[in-house]
Amino acid sequence: MTSVCQEESIVLQRCQRGSAEAFEVLVNRYMKDAYFIALGLVGNREDALDLSQEAFVRAFRHIKDVKPGRKFFPWFYQILKNLCVSHLRKRRYRQASSLNGEDCPEVASTNDCFSPEEVAKRNEMKAQVWQAIGKLDEKHREVIILRHFQNMSYENIAEALFCNKGTVTSRLYYARKKLEELLGGPKHDISRGQPIVNGKGGFIHDMP
Amino acid sequence: MTCHDYKDLMMGYLDNELSDEQRRRFEEHLSGCPECAGELKDFQKLKAITDEVTLVEPEDRIWQDYWTGIYNRIERDVGWVIFSVAAILLFIYGGFKLIETIITDATAGILLKAGLLALVLGLAILFVSVFRERIYFWSKDRYRNVRR
Repeated sequence: MTSVCQEESIVLQRCQRGSAEAFEVLVNRYMKDAYFIALGLVGNREDALDLSQEAFVRAFRHIKDVKPGRKFFPWFYQILKNLCVSHLRKRRYRQASSLNGEDCPEVASTNDCFSPEEVAKRNEMKAQVWQAIGKLDEKHREVIILRHFQNMSYENIAEALFCNKGTVTSRLYYARKKLEELLGGPKHDISRGQPIVNGKGGFIHDMP
Repeated sequence: MTCHDYKDLMMGYLDNELSDEQRRRFEEHLSGCPECAGELKDFQKLKAITDEVTLVEPEDRIWQDYWTGIYNRIERDVGWVIFSVAAILLFIYGGFKLIETIITDATAGILLKAGLLALVLGLAILFVSVFRERIYFWSKDRYRNVRR
């Protein structure tokens, strides 16, 4: 871990001296994270690709702002997040664009079951979860994306969000509570609430 | 400690982020608190559902061309900066040459010369005013040193 940090620090210094080759190393290391985070925040593959690349361009332009000894990714994450948020505001979305439709091309389909009904049910469930995540507000959505799709530790999430671990756990708690509610969980009154997709809520109850 | 105080530990427990001591303390609390135990069970179900969702990996071509896309944008940025600087310099040079020609031209009317001088003066005042305003707001910006 330390050697990775040291190596990154050396690469960063080279970037700050204007080396595009060194920046390519950083891009190759973080491009997938950047793309999937952007996808989680804006919910659209084309926009996610464009925004993640634009974030790298801006990062290169301002790379000298990274203070010595600091990690690249938390700093880069702020650029990426701001770009995604302003993109959503510009397009007057409050939620990810994929939420408007029932089709979720961003979510990988299940094909490891023999029963077509089971496959369809699981794929529908995944689509519902993805759409529910998109319905979360920005600060809750980002912790879910970073934790579940990026598998980041609480410490790394706290670093990326410039907050402490307590804030991360608290946001995760409320984000999951809200998700549970959106998926028709135990405390959700479906008759009054807004169950998503075809009005079918309650996958949480279906779980073993 | 109240149940509310155990919420953070519950998330840590769920995500395997607790130390052995914290885990033991939380499990101790769980054994005597059916409400927290029930809530944890709901969260575990939710986590299992959420973990099933994986995002579609784009085609390899996207990753192969990813850096090229960024490099092209960076290169274009540099191109635009050079182009803009050159265009501004040429515009200023051309402007001065034009003014010089008109001012020194004995056949040009006095009205044209006065109008031209007024135009240059107006532009200069506008430029200085905007520049001064920018500097003023920049120096008063409390967030200019905010960590990025």
